[in-house]
Amino acid sequence: MKALGIILAGGNNSKMQELSSKRAIAAMPIGGSYRCIDFALSNMSNSHIQKVAVLTQYNARSLNEHLSSSKWWDFGRKQGGLYVFNPTVTSDNAWWYRGTADAMYRNVDFLKRSHEPYVIIAAGDCVYKMDYNKILEYHIEKKADITIVCKDMPVGEDVSRFGVVRMNEDSRIVEFEEKPMVAQSNTISAGIYIIRRRQLIEMLERCAEENRHDFVTDILIRYKNMKRIYGYKMEEYWSNIATVESYYRTNMDFLKPEVRKYFSNEPKIYSKVDDLPPAKYNVGSEVRNSLISSGCIINSKVENSILFKKAFVGKNCVIKNSIILNDVYIGDNTHIENCIVESRDTLRANTYFSGGDGIKVVYEHNERYVI
Amino acid sequence: MIRKEMIAMLLAGGQGSRLGVLTSEVAKPAVTFGGKYRIIDFPLSNCVNSGIDTVGVLTQYQPLRLNTHIGIGIPWDLDRNHGGVTVLPPYEKSDNSEWYTGTANAIYQNLNYIENYHPEYVLILSGDHIYKMNYEVMLDFHKENNADVTIAAMPVPWEEANRFGLVITDENKQIQEFEEKPEHPRSNLASMGIYIFNWSVLREALVTMSEQRGCDFGKHIIPYCRENGRRLFAYEYNGYWKDVGTLGSYWEANMELIDLIPEFNLYEEYWKIYTKSEAIEPQYIAADAVTERCIIGEGAGIYGKVYGSVIGPGVIIGKDTVVRDSIIMQNTKIGENVVVNKSIIAENVKIGDNVELGIGEEVENKLNKDVYSFGLVTIGENSVVPPGVKVGKNTAISGETTAKDYKDGALASGESIIKAGDRI
Repeated sequence: MKALGIILAGGNNSKMQELSSKRAIAAMPIGGSYRCIDFALSNMSNSHIQKVAVLTQYNARSLNEHLSSSKWWDFGRKQGGLYVFNPTVTSDNAWWYRGTADAMYRNVDFLKRSHEPYVIIAAGDCVYKMDYNKILEYHIEKKADITIVCKDMPVGEDVSRFGVVRMNEDSRIVEFEEKPMVAQSNTISAGIYIIRRRQLIEMLERCAEENRHDFVTDILIRYKNMKRIYGYKMEEYWSNIATVESYYRTNMDFLKPEVRKYFSNEPKIYSKVDDLPPAKYNVGSEVRNSLISSGCIINSKVENSILFKKAFVGKNCVIKNSIILNDVYIGDNTHIENCIVESRDTLRANTYFSGGDGIKVVYEHNERYVI
Repeated sequence: MIRKEMIAMLLAGGQGSRLGVLTSEVAKPAVTFGGKYRIIDFPLSNCVNSGIDTVGVLTQYQPLRLNTHIGIGIPWDLDRNHGGVTVLPPYEKSDNSEWYTGTANAIYQNLNYIENYHPEYVLILSGDHIYKMNYEVMLDFHKENNADVTIAAMPVPWEEANRFGLVITDENKQIQEFEEKPEHPRSNLASMGIYIFNWSVLREALVTMSEQRGCDFGKHIIPYCRENGRRLFAYEYNGYWKDVGTLGSYWEANMELIDLIPEFNLYEEYWKIYTKSEAIEPQYIAADAVTERCIIGEGAGIYGKVYGSVIGPGVIIGKDTVVRDSIIMQNTKIGENVVVNKSIIAENVKIGDNVELGIGEEVENKLNKDVYSFGLVTIGENSVVPPGVKVGKNTAISGETTAKDYKDGALASGESIIKAGDRI
């Protein structure tokens, strides 16, 4: 492949409530056995990109742990490999990354020392499957300076948290508005960009000189009329998880057979392998329309829910329309409905959690006496 | 010079013919166990967990599955700069080229491999038992007693002792005598086929006995050591240990895993069993499915009812199908409205809609009554069972069968269908 990859995984969003206090969004668990960044990483690996840089900043512990070995995505190679760049203090800079462009600029030596002609920049908080080669072909065919992957959202969906674009009949982007008050169209940027490496370096250096730091506002929007910026419309599944509602919904999408099939077909999404035993269903287990991951032990009722790895469900519980993250212990007689239960929680016996009409993030840290 | 205190040699070349069609295309150590594991994962994981990082795996019978499973040893952390796992098949030599003719002969043919590491001790393991054991503790016992050979042995019920090879020890656990399946046992300590040798002692024995045809540890090397006045000790092991050599014991050992608190607990934190997993996605349990008393592997899709069974990764169980007391291995697809009773179904099998397995009276198997008994239906890997057929008990099916192979749409109890030449 003629491109290297950059994954922007430093972000945080207050709309994630307590969920992001533990980890960066890119490290959020998805679909029972993945982390969000696995999708971008696997797409890169499956597109035969050999060299990938992950830019991290906000609470990267969980993310770093996940990326501690590159072998799961087949990046343990002599040619290329997986690079994780945390912000560092240098002789001439003591700031954190002040924005996405700044994050890339601070690692511009990595870009300069590479020899791949193109760069694929992808956000780490989206769930999708994509062969980047197709977009690169499109990019070359359109003689574009920058190609932005776009997605038509269903009519009526609130797009005000995205970058909203409008294209002309040649697919050139004529309008780009970041997080608009009133959106002019329902086409949004999917956070995936292709750009020539030298062009990117040039733009990043210029930005830095002018003390500008954001890739979207200071490069895409600023250069919109000067450079040839094209949109590539993707039709397949794409979802951003940066709010509690969309995180919940994206996970619940995996209960739909077509979504599950789409992601489990080749090419596969890879993730770090935990050596966990198969899931165990004891007497009293009553599981309906749910995804259960390895290492779970179930003794009661689970309905329309997703149980991540190593969940323990005690006797006489009811778990409904909920997401239970990794390594959660649920005591007997507990009722959980419309909730997201944070990882490593221990829920006491005889407790009741309900999100009512919305979704409740359950964040408990009781002592665990069992096991 | 690379130097390892102890290295392990894992004998994984056996066919395990008593597992019938399950091992017609794979060696016994590569047969799956407990949903996602293969039998060889247990000794390999024991090695890493005991701090042994150099393991030679001796292969011979149908090694393809084993080779791809082991690879360079990544799942067990056995991809090392020095040591790690090495697969050792028999090879051609300038003078006498031969297959491995016996367990000890296989080790003899790989003297050079062991010499590379200049070990003090060599651990001999076999790849067909299910257990968790800390070999380091056994080595400590070996050193404490200043032993030349230590044999792991476990107490068995007295009334069953006559089925085993027994060791008779003095009060210091030094071995005085051996008895092979005696009528009147004088001890209930059965040898587990796990040995620690001082390498110099083993080497001398192997070289001296090199002319012996079919040179075997139990039959030749251990008696030789005893006759030459070596210090032989028995290390008593009291944990879970299961020989899964027959279809009955294989089935039983799997079924024990689904007990509420199994004697052999895979869910413990401190002694993990590692394996190569292909599927990582969660399993899906459909709206009208039932899963009770079972363990299910990654990526499985359950649309029917499953009771008391072990289901491997990637298995699909169709709507209105009822599975009871069965073992279903990786990527097998079972159609809709199927009845599965007490069956062992190997990998990548396709069972058509409306099939009934394991029905009717129990009748002795005509092909091989010692192998296919216990009332089980055994289906070999990559087999196909056409829709609508009825299959009785103590039966075996292997190969792509069509409706024509079933007289009146049924395979009576005790009958077998073995298709394709090379399958036994």
